[in-house]
Amino acid sequence: MTTVVRTASVTGVLAVTGFAAFCVSISVGELRVPLTDVVPAIFGAGDPAARFVVGELRLPRALAAVLVGAAFGLSGAVFQSLARNPLASPDIIGISSGASAAAVFGIVVLGWSGNGLVLLSLLGALVTAALVYALAWKQGASSYRLVLVGVGVAAALAAVTSYLLTKAQIYDVQEAVVWLTGSLNGRLWSDVRPLGLAMLVLVPMVLLLTPSLRLLQLGDETATGLGLHVERARLLLVLVAVALAAGATAAAGPVAFVAFVSAPIARRLVGSPLAIVPAALVGAVLMLVADLVARELLGTVELPVGIVTGIVGAPYLLWLLARSNRIGSGG
Amino acid sequence: MAVQTHRWRLAWLLVAVGVLVLVVLASVAVGTRSIPVGTVLDALVHPSATEDAHAVVRSLRVPRTVVGLLAGAALGLAGAVMQGVTRNPLADPGLLGVSAGASFALVLGISVLGLTGPVAYVWFAFAGAAVASVLVYGLGAIGSGGATPVKLALAGAAITAFLLSMTTAMLLLDQRTLDEYRFWSVGSVAGRDPDLIAQLGPFFAVGALLALAAGPVLNSLALGDDVARSLGRRIGLARVTAAVSVVLLVGAATALAGPIGFVGLTIPHVARAITGPDYRWVLPWSMVLAPMLLLGSDVIGRVVARPGELQVGIVTAVIGAPIFVMLVRQRRLAEL
Repeated sequence: MTTVVRTASVTGVLAVTGFAAFCVSISVGELRVPLTDVVPAIFGAGDPAARFVVGELRLPRALAAVLVGAAFGLSGAVFQSLARNPLASPDIIGISSGASAAAVFGIVVLGWSGNGLVLLSLLGALVTAALVYALAWKQGASSYRLVLVGVGVAAALAAVTSYLLTKAQIYDVQEAVVWLTGSLNGRLWSDVRPLGLAMLVLVPMVLLLTPSLRLLQLGDETATGLGLHVERARLLLVLVAVALAAGATAAAGPVAFVAFVSAPIARRLVGSPLAIVPAALVGAVLMLVADLVARELLGTVELPVGIVTGIVGAPYLLWLLARSNRIGSGG
Repeated sequence: MAVQTHRWRLAWLLVAVGVLVLVVLASVAVGTRSIPVGTVLDALVHPSATEDAHAVVRSLRVPRTVVGLLAGAALGLAGAVMQGVTRNPLADPGLLGVSAGASFALVLGISVLGLTGPVAYVWFAFAGAAVASVLVYGLGAIGSGGATPVKLALAGAAITAFLLSMTTAMLLLDQRTLDEYRFWSVGSVAGRDPDLIAQLGPFFAVGALLALAAGPVLNSLALGDDVARSLGRRIGLARVTAAVSVVLLVGAATALAGPIGFVGLTIPHVARAITGPDYRWVLPWSMVLAPMLLLGSDVIGRVVARPGELQVGIVTAVIGAPIFVMLVRQRRLAEL
């Protein structure tokens, strides 16, 4: 009972924090929209300049941050619960690298953009996920092999990406590097729509599959005993999680560490081993705040959001390593 | 018997050196424009100013081959020493973030501090490599478990991601540096300044001597710290010396050819498969085999993408990644 209350209150607090960050993110910028005018401007009230800036520029960007963060958070939570390993998030085991390599190929070689690019990076993510899983398979896929094979595959894909970059025009390269870092700069409605539609399908699927995930955490035999079709549930969950990571990567690039840190933070806040909705909210809040910092840190220059999450996320990974080392459960 | 074995080992090593010489000749002869071996030798022995092929050989192919030789030998040796010191079969300058440290420091030097000239870069590459390797090993080894493969690989991945974020931030603010960086960061031995090769020579030499001399100590360390100590080894000193050699070798190789992955990782395993676990032999074998891989990859890169070229870093990644996966799949790995 207390867990339910705590989960509900944490979810509530996270939602309120997220909304506050959302409003601040819309309010701050070259043209400052007073916080009290943000909500009216979203619904088309207020002076025309504010309405344009909010409706056409800031709102899609803030929505993109929310959707991307939530998608990464969900994807990380599902992966980490499935593998029962906090390291098995899509950005560590190479899935984001696959999506990036495919997307850079699309940008640089095929000259694609828009929906085609989204589909291409989805394909890249799926193929990489299948590859990593198959290569790590040896009488079962231990999470130890999964993580190491993922690191190796990611390194090889990084080489492919940097090769593609040498083949491009310098202007495309600059664009591709921004994209590779993970960025929300200049996201418009046309960028938000595909991810929004995908989330409309994927989020309900995650919520429907959450009970199966809870059973899977008890171990395969127990889950089978309780009437779960283990292999089918696992396959569906992996597909949904890969699709979420790929969709978010297509919209904003492989933003470092959001998928990796969201679920552990949510679990810690909630105090239970599985926290799906809070993980999505933590991801959204992280993206909003990191994007705000990236926008405002240098004043005139907008940094890509991935730089902020990379600088903040890497020490967290190291801290996690050091901590698990001390209690002797690392590796 | 032991003498006999050593003689055989030496003989095989000389055979390997012979093969390396052949690879070197191929590297000078093969390219967008194929040059017969006779002309190559002629260009080296009696250079003629009027002959076109001689100019290609002397000004393009030879420097490129020398870069490949030096960088390859350095990465192979550094990989073997790293694997010995960390007792970790997956240690590699690329995966463990040492190359990312060198890259970061280099970009910092060029972009923010406005350094020009290779001599200044080199010190930055060294400093970056040193700081990153200390950080990764220190963070990966905290606690009682020691530095297991997974911990080191992840500490390397984390440091790499962190440094990459900072490097990218600097590159995005400076298009000129980005344009240079993208060609350097892919890992290439082509078009390097001959003066730079000469200036880096002493670093390669000192690093290689330190690394080769570390063989007996690495053998003792392989038995565990306690045994090594009881054999009279000064472990702390040995580790520092080995680390200095790795930093010199990786720093110089990275400054010269960019971050080239997987060479330092795979070659020591091949050397071990050939000659056994004795580091006194693994080290020289790595030093001979690694340039073979690097120059061979470079030649392949010149041939497969005609009329263009594939940079050597791409080819080594394509060859090395499957070997890495194979190593991970071996069961014994976890206990090393």
